[in-house]
Amino acid sequence: MTTAEAPPANPVGFGRMTRKEDARFVRGKGTYVDDVVLPGMLHGAVLRSNLAHARIVSMDTSAAEAHPKVKAVITGKTLEGLKLAWMPSLSHDVVPVLATDKVRYQGQEVAFVVAEDRYSARDALELIEVDYEPLPPVMDAREALSPGSAVIRDDIEGKADNHIFDWEAGDRSATDQVFERAEVVVTQDMLYPRVHPAPMETCGAVAHMDKVSGKLTIWCTTQAPHAHRTLYALVAGLPEHKIRVISPDIGGGFGNKVGIYPGYVLAVVGSILTGAPVKWTEDRSENLMSTSFARDYHMHGEIASTRDGRITGLRVKVLADHGAFNNTAQPSKFPAGFFHVFTGSYDLEAAHCEVTGVYTNKAPGGVAYACSFRVTEAVYLVERMVDCLADELGMDPAELRLKNLLRPEQFPYMSKTGWEYDSGDYPRALRLAMDIAGYEQLRAEQERRRRAPAPQGAPAPLMGIGVSFFTETVGAGPRKHMDILGLGMADGAEVRVHPTGKAVVRLSVQTQGQGHETTFAQIVAEQLGIPPEDIEVVHGDTDNTPFGLGTYGSRSTPVSGAAVAVAARRVRDKARLIASAMLEVDPDDLEWEKGRWFVRGNPTSARTIQEIALAAHGPLELPEGVEGHLDAQCVYDPPNLTYPYGAYICVVDVDPGTGVVKVRRFVAVDDCGPRINPMIVEGQVHGGLADGLGMALMQVIAFDTDGNCLGGSFMDYLLPTSMECPSWELGETVTPSPHHPLGCKGVGESATVGSPAAVVNAVMDAIGVRHADMPLTPAQVWRAMQGRPLRTDLALA
Amino acid sequence: MQVPAPVEYERARSVEDALALLERRGPEARLLAGGHSLLPMMKLRLARPQVLIDVNELSDLAYIRVEGGDLRIGAMARHRDLLESPVAWEHFPIMREAETVIADPLVRNRGTVGGSLCQADPNEDLSAVFAALKAQAVIRSTSESRVVSMDQFHQGPYTTAVGPAEMLVELRVPIRPGSGSAYEKVERRVGDWPVGAAGAFLRLDAGRVAEAGIGLAAVGAEHFRVPAAEESLVGEEPVEEAFTEAGRLAAEGCHPVTDQRGPADYKRHLAYELTRRALRRAAARARGEGDQPCR
Repeated sequence: MTTAEAPPANPVGFGRMTRKEDARFVRGKGTYVDDVVLPGMLHGAVLRSNLAHARIVSMDTSAAEAHPKVKAVITGKTLEGLKLAWMPSLSHDVVPVLATDKVRYQGQEVAFVVAEDRYSARDALELIEVDYEPLPPVMDAREALSPGSAVIRDDIEGKADNHIFDWEAGDRSATDQVFERAEVVVTQDMLYPRVHPAPMETCGAVAHMDKVSGKLTIWCTTQAPHAHRTLYALVAGLPEHKIRVISPDIGGGFGNKVGIYPGYVLAVVGSILTGAPVKWTEDRSENLMSTSFARDYHMHGEIASTRDGRITGLRVKVLADHGAFNNTAQPSKFPAGFFHVFTGSYDLEAAHCEVTGVYTNKAPGGVAYACSFRVTEAVYLVERMVDCLADELGMDPAELRLKNLLRPEQFPYMSKTGWEYDSGDYPRALRLAMDIAGYEQLRAEQERRRRAPAPQGAPAPLMGIGVSFFTETVGAGPRKHMDILGLGMADGAEVRVHPTGKAVVRLSVQTQGQGHETTFAQIVAEQLGIPPEDIEVVHGDTDNTPFGLGTYGSRSTPVSGAAVAVAARRVRDKARLIASAMLEVDPDDLEWEKGRWFVRGNPTSARTIQEIALAAHGPLELPEGVEGHLDAQCVYDPPNLTYPYGAYICVVDVDPGTGVVKVRRFVAVDDCGPRINPMIVEGQVHGGLADGLGMALMQVIAFDTDGNCLGGSFMDYLLPTSMECPSWELGETVTPSPHHPLGCKGVGESATVGSPAAVVNAVMDAIGVRHADMPLTPAQVWRAMQGRPLRTDLALA
Repeated sequence: MQVPAPVEYERARSVEDALALLERRGPEARLLAGGHSLLPMMKLRLARPQVLIDVNELSDLAYIRVEGGDLRIGAMARHRDLLESPVAWEHFPIMREAETVIADPLVRNRGTVGGSLCQADPNEDLSAVFAALKAQAVIRSTSESRVVSMDQFHQGPYTTAVGPAEMLVELRVPIRPGSGSAYEKVERRVGDWPVGAAGAFLRLDAGRVAEAGIGLAAVGAEHFRVPAAEESLVGEEPVEEAFTEAGRLAAEGCHPVTDQRGPADYKRHLAYELTRRALRRAAARARGEGDQPCR
């Protein structure tokens, strides 16, 4: 018999502790949207277009309506009558709820059937006859602006092409001058192909319109419940106080669950029309084919430097494929998101980028997938360009980076494209990563292997080492600069201490698996000295939480974490006044020690936060101006974004006979400021690294010329498994953000942003090729070695 | 959740019962074994059988044993059974090597050897394995039992010699002393279908190749085989030049098509490269060298 060791006590504040929410998840007791069952609930199913571009000539729903278990069939015509056929996109465009005139991508919503059960709803879809007149699909973004190209958005009056926007950042003429006098210029085209976040839980909703109270309740897979409620009010004209959005347990979001999908609206309309609750849950293929994708950036990069490797300028032209509707969730002023952070972590003289957005016959979206405020694309671009330059100069890529990284004394640093980086010690992070990896030894091993005589039989693997250094810009954002459809990106929080000293904290942001119920309890614990297990975290229900824009862009800790810290400090300040009344001393004579106020010089004369909480609700005569009870709130408007960063090193072995890549090692040093729960941070980094490896090696949503989506199932859209992932080797440095109350910078997306370039750089290093586009499948690697890399956004040829 | 079209369900209690049900329910009936190909196709409504005849109770078809000089594998043996079978490993290491790279443990626990072969997916690893081994298939109906070669069994993509009222019940592989076998596969990710795969079987006699079998998956080889490559080896010494020539003939003799797993030229290259690699290791095993089955 062995005696079980007592688990370590939870920290009262920051530190490692197991996640509070996992008690229900590991027992299978979570409540996801599809677990919601209401009396009399009906089920909806969506008929989707099998064509990418076609005019709807006619639609016959009579056979579906005659199905004995069907309660309603909703078409674009039905919705036109309700003025709900189109809804505003998140980017000042419109998107159809159900197609009225044309279908514009494969998988677009065409009709909605409400039936007594899910099977009947699905069966009835096959009874709907749609007569389509096929139109030529526009599948190649590089041809979208050609004069002969079909016009996708003829619903927009006067629209004669597929152009969405032109946008630029940086100083064009200064950049041109830098390039004119540059000693070395390297140019490279690269594609960051379309990928999909593929959360484990697909999207869905249960809508219940209570006709008596007039209240609409929507259980929904949303990362941003408050934003959804306001948009429903604006779009459908429903009064906002009569709408309640509940986002229960969410099985992964990654940006996929920011926007409002037609299915949600259709569940609402279905409930209004039938008078019964309606559930809609999409299947895996629907999720992959129709919901928010990420990337699809065709980039042309130029980097300028001196002969000895001082980088002087960057110039980029981007063709951004937004799909059939412009529905990215970027802040209004930034149609290309935060792509202009593409100068990365380097001290340049000048930089300029131009981005052109185009329509194609592909699913819309573009918000999704850590971090597609387009930082991921920007980091990939600059980190690939630096490696291309290293190749050109014959310099070691780590040495080239060390030579050009921003120096600690340059912070706060104003970048050439207008970002104010808050804090950082970049060379320290890169040197730490190199130490953990044993960089010098790795290079020596690589040299040894390259010189070794060829073995008999199967060829020896080619070893490659890849470095990337990223700077993220997250925690959006200052409300005067950043909004989504006019809603400023500030978030509220409330902290209340109950009479017995337990507490509740209410948040606007919504976890999708990140561990908010633990992290936010720890933030309150750190400020008030109340154990985290005594703190309830309430989120995801608009009737029970303060307003805010939700969780995406790694903003929960940078924005709501700050709101909670400020609110908890306000509670602490109020507790001081109450303690002064209890101890009959001046508040200025009290000192705080985690969990109690004590009289300066007399530590035994003290009142704990729990004693103070009871007194705040009791008969104690409170000081003038103190209202009683122990609570506070805060709406946090971040003064600046936060800039987490990191240095990643990847080691691969490539089989030259087959092109198969094996990731041998991956070292990730992250600096996200202080770590509230290091275990959760490491979990976030692990997940992001797997994401990045997946994008680098296997994930892509490609299309054939007929408009068929070639990534519509998990047989075709590959996610990495533990078999492809090495044992991640993590390191950290801690450089607090000077403007965040806790110094925290956010980490949710860092690893996804930073890792793809490290993997690609390693593979290119191994095979001695300057560039090939992701995903680096065995075929792509082999073709790159032949000097004939594949184009990966279209069907392979 | 993807939901299939309406379908009826019958449970067979014995092979005779299954055959009688097949006869009674006609050509729109399908046998349900592991279901890992059929059910996904039904959920996508690409397959719409009227009735499923569940044969999962037929555990008397789940054997793997040596009988009459053959390794005999019942059609209901699960992938996992074959993967873990000491007797299969002893005689045909190619089987375990292929099973290791077929799908994932969840699929291997349910999926069956017979079901995989009857699905006759052109990417199926086991089809290449049994083609390389020149196995025989035993097919039964209510009235007769017949034995066919793998060439006869595989009639084309998704098409086999098994008729509507018939059932594959057994695979027979002749045990040949002095032989070795190996399997090589390139996949984009663990559990994926092969981009290309090659299995090799060699029997050596007095230092020369007496018998050669090469099975290719996913590269458009007719009946999963490349006879010219096999023939080129017979009578030769098992050396690098012979493997390279066989690889060249394998690449020449297949007809890969471009898809998202890879372009045709790459798949053709894999046929060459993987054939050589599989032959190398099969020869080493036949010579009693290297990575040997435990006896």
